[in-house]
Amino acid sequence: MSAAEAISSAGTGGRALPPPGLPRLIPAGAPLSLNDHVARYGPVPFRDGGSRGARDLIAEVERAGLTGRGGAGFPTGRKMRTVAEHGRRGGPLRGQVGTVVVANGAESEPASAKDRLLLTRAPHLVLDGIALAAEAVGATRSYLSVHDGQDELALQLAAMVSERDRYDQNRVPVQVVAVRRGYVASQETALISQLNGGAPKPTFVPPRPFKKGAHGRPTLVQNVETLAHLALIARFGAGWFRALGAGAGAAAGSALVTLGGAVSRPGVYEIALGMPIGDLIRRSGGPSEPPQAILAGGYFGGWLPYGQALGIPISDAALRAAGASLGPGVLILLPESACGLAETAWIAGYLAGQSAGQCGPCVNGLPALADMMARLAFGRPDGRALGWAQQLMTLVTRRGACHLPDGTAAFAGSALRIFEDELRRHAAAGPCDRVRRRPVLPAPGHSWGPR
Amino acid sequence: MCAELLPELITADPWGYPIVTPGPVPGSLLPLARRAVAACPTLALLLSDEE
Repeated sequence: MSAAEAISSAGTGGRALPPPGLPRLIPAGAPLSLNDHVARYGPVPFRDGGSRGARDLIAEVERAGLTGRGGAGFPTGRKMRTVAEHGRRGGPLRGQVGTVVVANGAESEPASAKDRLLLTRAPHLVLDGIALAAEAVGATRSYLSVHDGQDELALQLAAMVSERDRYDQNRVPVQVVAVRRGYVASQETALISQLNGGAPKPTFVPPRPFKKGAHGRPTLVQNVETLAHLALIARFGAGWFRALGAGAGAAAGSALVTLGGAVSRPGVYEIALGMPIGDLIRRSGGPSEPPQAILAGGYFGGWLPYGQALGIPISDAALRAAGASLGPGVLILLPESACGLAETAWIAGYLAGQSAGQCGPCVNGLPALADMMARLAFGRPDGRALGWAQQLMTLVTRRGACHLPDGTAAFAGSALRIFEDELRRHAAAGPCDRVRRRPVLPAPGHSWGPR
Repeated sequence: MCAELLPELITADPWGYPIVTPGPVPGSLLPLARRAVAACPTLALLLSDEE
């Protein structure tokens, strides 16, 4: 069946069947062409009911309890409602102004691979999500961001956009844009800054993007995975979405998790939120070496001792209660053969180098913190380094335009708690042999070596 | 510089950047707060209306 036939038959009652379990987002087999995508899911279920229809989708998303999958975990329905409201009353003479949807596919967390995978294996779900979000918030244009250098992917996506245009599956222009690489470059306001022709650096808020973002318009920025979930919720409903997951709060539905480090089968897994970490590790074939700890949440996350981690449900609420977070769904298993202090110091150095250079406390404080962590990990025993590290963590927190300083401080702080025994051993006897191990935690473009 | 203008609300960190006491600026201190923001050589201070 061609895309045109599939789209025209949908109006005559052919209904797509909801995926009964997992996977929901990434089907087995090759990437779906538009033909196959429409044959499997039906065409984009535009509401076509004017503003009442748009509000129906937003209400459905709110009932579903979908939260952002880019790391911040903000309730998606609420964000859409806010952008739509600002669009309704934001123009000259308080009239309507066209809003903007930005789909963020430029994941900058080094250990995360889910967005790239989603864009290559289920791009039409993401594009459906963009189209539906655009209708719901009154957008007149949209953007899909990928990284600088992902030229082939950008071209493929642009070709898909053109094909969808022919069958009226977009409704608003979708521009595929390449944005600069960098840990903070794909943060919400940094992304918008680049769309506005500015630097890949976070900007101060207020005004927040939902009020004034791309081209001065109310802007909805969503991770590509969030939009893919939205595309399925629009077809199959809130009840279907919530049939997986631990339900309450931000643990509804399924999520893509990138599992890395010393596991037998590292990679991206789709899980029901609330699944215990131990179950996921078992599913991935178990540890590849004797395990020590797990880093949950990426580089703004926190460390968990391995034994304690196994029973913790994979959800932001449960992980935060345990001193870590979910972030963009990153879990990294640290083996016994590595030194947690060394790994943390190495990444603290990477993060310090990723500063946009705008805020004094970050520009000064993060390199100083990284230096203290390096002394604790690699240096001869120094009684003052721990105190200085703790002072620096307090000094940098919540004193920047973005969360780089806070996140780095939280990450370093959790290492000092979880690897307390390691700290004591280093303080007594200097660095252990394991600091020389090849790093487990990835850091692109960052050179490695104990000081 | 700002810490001298407005010691009630601002202290300096080791690099001279302002650490601001959280919470709204008391009305009596608003004129001084505006001067501190204007005087900051690195635009490290911002006075905003909370929405």
